[in-house]
Amino acid sequence: MDDFLAARLQMAFSLGFHIVFACIGMVMPFFMSVAHFYWLRTKKVVYRDVTKAWSKGVAIFFATGAVSGTVLSFELGLLWPKFMEHAGPIFGMPFSLEGTAFFIEAIALGFYLYGWNRLNPWFHWATGVVVGISGLLSGILVVAANAWMNSPAGFDYIDGQYLNIDPIKAMFNEAWFSQSLHMCIAAFVSTGFAVAGIHALMILKGKSVKFHSTAFKIAAVFGTAAACLQPLSGDISAKDVAKRQPEKLAAMEAHFHTERFAPLIIGGIPDTTNQKVDYAIKIPGLLSFMATGDFNGEVQGLDRVPKADQPPVAVTHYAFQIMVGMGMAMVLIAVLYFIALWKKKDWLRSRWLLKLFVIATPLGFIALEAGWTVTEVGRQPWIIRGVMRTADAVTPMPGIAYSFYLFTAVYISLAVIVSLLLFRQISMVDKLYDSANQSKDEQL
Amino acid sequence: MIYVVIIFLWTSILLYILLGGADFGAGIIELFTSKTNKAKTRKTMYKAIGPIWEANHMWLIIAVVILFVGFPKIYTTISVYLHIPLVCMLLGIIARGTAFVFRNYDAVKDDMQKVYTPIFVYSSLITPFFLGIIAASSVSGQIDPQANDFISAYIFSWLNWFSVAVGIFTVSICGFLAIIFIIGQTDSDGDRQHFVGKAKRAIFMVMFCGALVFIAAYAEHIPLATWIFGDTPGLIAIIAASISLIIMFYALNKDKPILLRLLAGFQVAMILFAATYTHFPDIVLLKNGENLSLVAHQGQVKTIASLGYALLIGSLFILPALVYLIYIFQKPKAVVADH
Repeated sequence: MDDFLAARLQMAFSLGFHIVFACIGMVMPFFMSVAHFYWLRTKKVVYRDVTKAWSKGVAIFFATGAVSGTVLSFELGLLWPKFMEHAGPIFGMPFSLEGTAFFIEAIALGFYLYGWNRLNPWFHWATGVVVGISGLLSGILVVAANAWMNSPAGFDYIDGQYLNIDPIKAMFNEAWFSQSLHMCIAAFVSTGFAVAGIHALMILKGKSVKFHSTAFKIAAVFGTAAACLQPLSGDISAKDVAKRQPEKLAAMEAHFHTERFAPLIIGGIPDTTNQKVDYAIKIPGLLSFMATGDFNGEVQGLDRVPKADQPPVAVTHYAFQIMVGMGMAMVLIAVLYFIALWKKKDWLRSRWLLKLFVIATPLGFIALEAGWTVTEVGRQPWIIRGVMRTADAVTPMPGIAYSFYLFTAVYISLAVIVSLLLFRQISMVDKLYDSANQSKDEQL
Repeated sequence: MIYVVIIFLWTSILLYILLGGADFGAGIIELFTSKTNKAKTRKTMYKAIGPIWEANHMWLIIAVVILFVGFPKIYTTISVYLHIPLVCMLLGIIARGTAFVFRNYDAVKDDMQKVYTPIFVYSSLITPFFLGIIAASSVSGQIDPQANDFISAYIFSWLNWFSVAVGIFTVSICGFLAIIFIIGQTDSDGDRQHFVGKAKRAIFMVMFCGALVFIAAYAEHIPLATWIFGDTPGLIAIIAASISLIIMFYALNKDKPILLRLLAGFQVAMILFAATYTHFPDIVLLKNGENLSLVAHQGQVKTIASLGYALLIGSLFILPALVYLIYIFQKPKAVVADH
């Protein structure tokens, strides 16, 4: 395997791994705080039980996210030293702020996990909220740094030199808002659906039903509400990408030719040599409308981009289709769930709705990874769009393939162990967390 | 503002060695504890380490961020030529961080503990070892940007007796810090006596490893003695550390845990000061005699200014919260009515 490909794959793997843990680590604290709030308000023990069980999950995911994040802060230099040499001082601002946010999160988590029966109850609750808010802020800041790679700002690039650096302008680049918004909502959708799905499965199995139903409801409300907001944020992103990175939109849509009244291409197999898409569903004019707000608006195709600057079409297109497909499926489930909540209360007790949630458990994370692929692969061949090529940024050290194998093995084993841990936490709910169950045992 | 940034960099490195180091030390001690005492050692250690465990490791992230934002040339040079020890250290960090959480949060306590515990203790050993290697390699002058073969560019940049000796020395410092920390956590006189005995042995171990560093430096033709004892401030720092060591033996015998911790922190700070002052503002010495300096290789004005402000504002949030966290969990458990 050549070193450049190995470096890209290692980075992709590391980020793909980190993103899951980071998202759960930043969203679960909110679920936990809601449950905790109900416990303090209603004094119903089931809420305390759910809070305690979820806080274990937060601890596991936070720790794993923290180490994978530490690794990433080194990998940037280990794999892309030329990039970091120039980009570090420009897009470093969000990272320096993120350092603070992350630190606060770690401190707040210390208070929270060890604070039961030690702190004032509402102060204790507030530390849990701080975990969530600082986690969310970290996420926004890191994505703002990534947005800078898509939309470089805050410097002048003159004769190969990076002059007049302004880190604040770099942080508030044109893409920071749309990207951060989309990422944060995605974190809520994917975590909400994953958590709801697992609890739905336990309800279907008839284990600690009251406990799991309470947990399911909190996660499902967060996940479904976020799923319904996500298309709106997606629309903001699409219009933004169309304006800023037309080549990325063209690759996402496998849109080869610049045209007005451009069709939305759904599915299909892009054929780059003949510049067409086979077996696709085409909805005339819709792409123009989505990108420009006008059915007759012109959408730039890949033909306007020099061959050497075109992103890979197939990967970007497929990833985009997967993301949108999963997103739409989750919106559908969300709509059904809302109908159940407001109109058809009996649906809430039905098995089919729970089964749908079980099936949807991984959908959010699949969409999340696919979306991440779209934004990263769609930026290629650039690491800083229009300024530095990814191939020029890679480390001169040979043998990166071995490093890739090593890290892949480590991440796969970690994923296996974390899954095992999670499985054990869930299967032990009745013994460790569900006090309703425990008191029943005592009576017997 | 550049000096504000440098002070933050130095302080985060020091705090990582002290706090993160004590954590690593906990694992190292577990490795070198006889089977009968293992459970007791572990229980005493984690009672105190738990709440601040994650926070201790944030200092490394702060240091790395300061390096890559403010001093990108230094960060990338280290990343390229010390790639291999950095990867080893990272593997240690991953293994240790996750194993620690896994063994505390696995709902079923079974044979998996036998998997987590060795991972935890051995990664506690290798992480500071490679950290020491990296630190030593940055000043041993073996990083050679002109090298054109793999071995001399990426292996001999860090593999020499001096670096290995500093790696071992770092491990011994971590063990020492952990033992000093634990003495204040013991709740019976017998346990205290047990750890005081260990602490005395640890002090001799650190001194022995320190001597190894000087021998290795001599063998590698590194003028370490001139670096450390050549400057007046460096010399004063070492003398101060030696005097505090005498006070430390007094404190060990008189049961003064807070004084002990302050002294241990002071000694490590003085060692780091003496080691870094001699080259300041240079931080990486290259084979071709070209040194990378924190002053000459700093980022542009606005970068350093915004980094400095971000750190100052950040510390306004972090430090009080951290101090309160440590305070709350150090005082005897005050039970608030069960809620």
